Amino acid sequence: MDPDVTAFDWFALAPELTLLATALIVLVVEPFLGPARTKWVNPVAVVGVLATLVWVVLLAVDGTDRSSFGEMFVVDAYALLFKVFFLGTALFVLLLSYRYFQEIRTYQGEYYFLVLSAFLGMLLMPSARDLVMVFIALELVSVPGFVMAGLRKFDLRSNEGAMKFFLIGVLSVAVLLFGLSIVYGYTGTTNLAGIAEGLAGLEDEPLVLASMLFVIVGFGFKISAVPFHFWAPDTYEGSPIPVTAFLSVASKAAGFAGLLQVCFVAFEPLADVWAPVLGVIAVLTMTLGNLTALQQRNIVRLFAFSSVAHAGYMIVPFGLVRPGEADVNSQAFTAVLLYLLAYSVMNIGAFAVVTAVARRHPGRQTSDYAGLGQRSPGLATALTMFLLSLGGVPPLVGLWAKFFVFTAAVNAGTAFTYFLAAAVVVNSVIAMFYYLSIARTMWMDAPAVPDPIRPGLALNFTIAALAVVALAVGIYPEAFAGFADASTLIAAGP
Amino acid sequence: MIVPAGHYLVLAAALFTVGVVGVLVRRNLIVMFMCIELMLNSVNLTLVTFSRVNGNLDGQVLSFFVMVVAAAEVTVGLALIVNLFRLKASADADDVDALRS
Repeated sequence: MDPDVTAFDWFALAPELTLLATALIVLVVEPFLGPARTKWVNPVAVVGVLATLVWVVLLAVDGTDRSSFGEMFVVDAYALLFKVFFLGTALFVLLLSYRYFQEIRTYQGEYYFLVLSAFLGMLLMPSARDLVMVFIALELVSVPGFVMAGLRKFDLRSNEGAMKFFLIGVLSVAVLLFGLSIVYGYTGTTNLAGIAEGLAGLEDEPLVLASMLFVIVGFGFKISAVPFHFWAPDTYEGSPIPVTAFLSVASKAAGFAGLLQVCFVAFEPLADVWAPVLGVIAVLTMTLGNLTALQQRNIVRLFAFSSVAHAGYMIVPFGLVRPGEADVNSQAFTAVLLYLLAYSVMNIGAFAVVTAVARRHPGRQTSDYAGLGQRSPGLATALTMFLLSLGGVPPLVGLWAKFFVFTAAVNAGTAFTYFLAAAVVVNSVIAMFYYLSIARTMWMDAPAVPDPIRPGLALNFTIAALAVVALAVGIYPEAFAGFADASTLIAAGP
Repeated sequence: MIVPAGHYLVLAAALFTVGVVGVLVRRNLIVMFMCIELMLNSVNLTLVTFSRVNGNLDGQVLSFFVMVVAAAEVTVGLALIVNLFRLKASADADDVDALRS
């Protein structure tokens, strides 16, 4: 371990410290100022997230790569891109939660504290360059997630979803750690770049390969890849809807950030071994996710399986990685980043509409959406846009996300990667069936009840903003691509 | 007598296996949870052993964090199990089946 582990850079840590302070303030508002003031909790959290965002922007303007705790915590372009992305997600999750939790009238302080703690973990994740930090960040995202999923504790289904999430989450961490402990045994370091050096030339060690499998399984649970996805639909269905949006986007993105760092930095020398495994998992994940989604009548379960399928598309680039080929690897890396950004915009948008409709129709069935086009044309238009974008229709952001994954797979240029590219195309077609069937229900079917849905200001703003982003980025993808190109782990890697 | 590192690693692997089998076989949520704790402790044993073999402290540092996080997970997990027991008067995994696709 480096001698300067205690040296740290306050400026580099400012975003995390600001968010931590906000989380603590939010927690004490209710006990100290009384239940009447809990309505201030959400705005305080929003202000805190905005202040954090200011620090991140200042760090980006400053532009120098910084590190703390002896290279364990690094602030570079990659980390900053993810931080901006997570903070944007945090803002939208807070806006989604505002009305929902105000109407539940309880656990507001606790809920926002947990959300902010989880996002603190997410801010740490892309900066982590050491197994200790990766582990801490992953747990800081997961553990609040367990509680948030079970927040409706009077509701058996919420509790059940949380229970499954918890057992699977803890189990996956144990498996992941066992793999990491063996990797540490072979390489003698917990630093990611150091592990890459130590692993080079160990292709034939069965224990190293087994440990890598353990790590993939551990992350597979986090990102709900098939066959480790079975908890996701139940947990998503049982959780409060804003929490479902959080789990399906933010917590999955944190898992991907961790997987990116571990795979592209630490395990890069052995990519020949793990990349085909992840490629096969990708095809299984998207196919099974899409085929199961086709049969769902519950809208939340449908989006749960759709999010499993999207995880599959995002794993495809991992299947392309080859040791030492910076071209192929950096293209794959960019494809994952872009897909994550695009997926978040459209999925949070879709969940915002689901939150709005579920206020009026708590049953959350797809049939509740019948005639939404007549009842609330604005909501229906936005949801249609998000659905088409998830399906990959031009000129929306989802098309470009799929396009980058597809081109990365074709450019990698082996039979296996062509197969992956074909799988992406076939699956996009299957997915269109269920996305379009919801759209048809909204516009063609007669409404069961005539009254319009009234989502309220915060939700309306969220939905409109995300719809505009989905369309604008779809029309000007260059901005988006340039944004992600600016940051890569490959150049900075070993 | 100095016990060689291999012995510790075999013990850790055995504990890990017992944990995995326990999670898969047992149906009582508390016992399943205990088995996961067993897996985490086998990880700690592996880390500490390798830390000694490698002659640096990185593994021991990580094992401390594993302990801290495991303690946090116990708090959350027991709270969830207690709440489930209040709602259903059961801590059996097979009774937790309200959500089905």
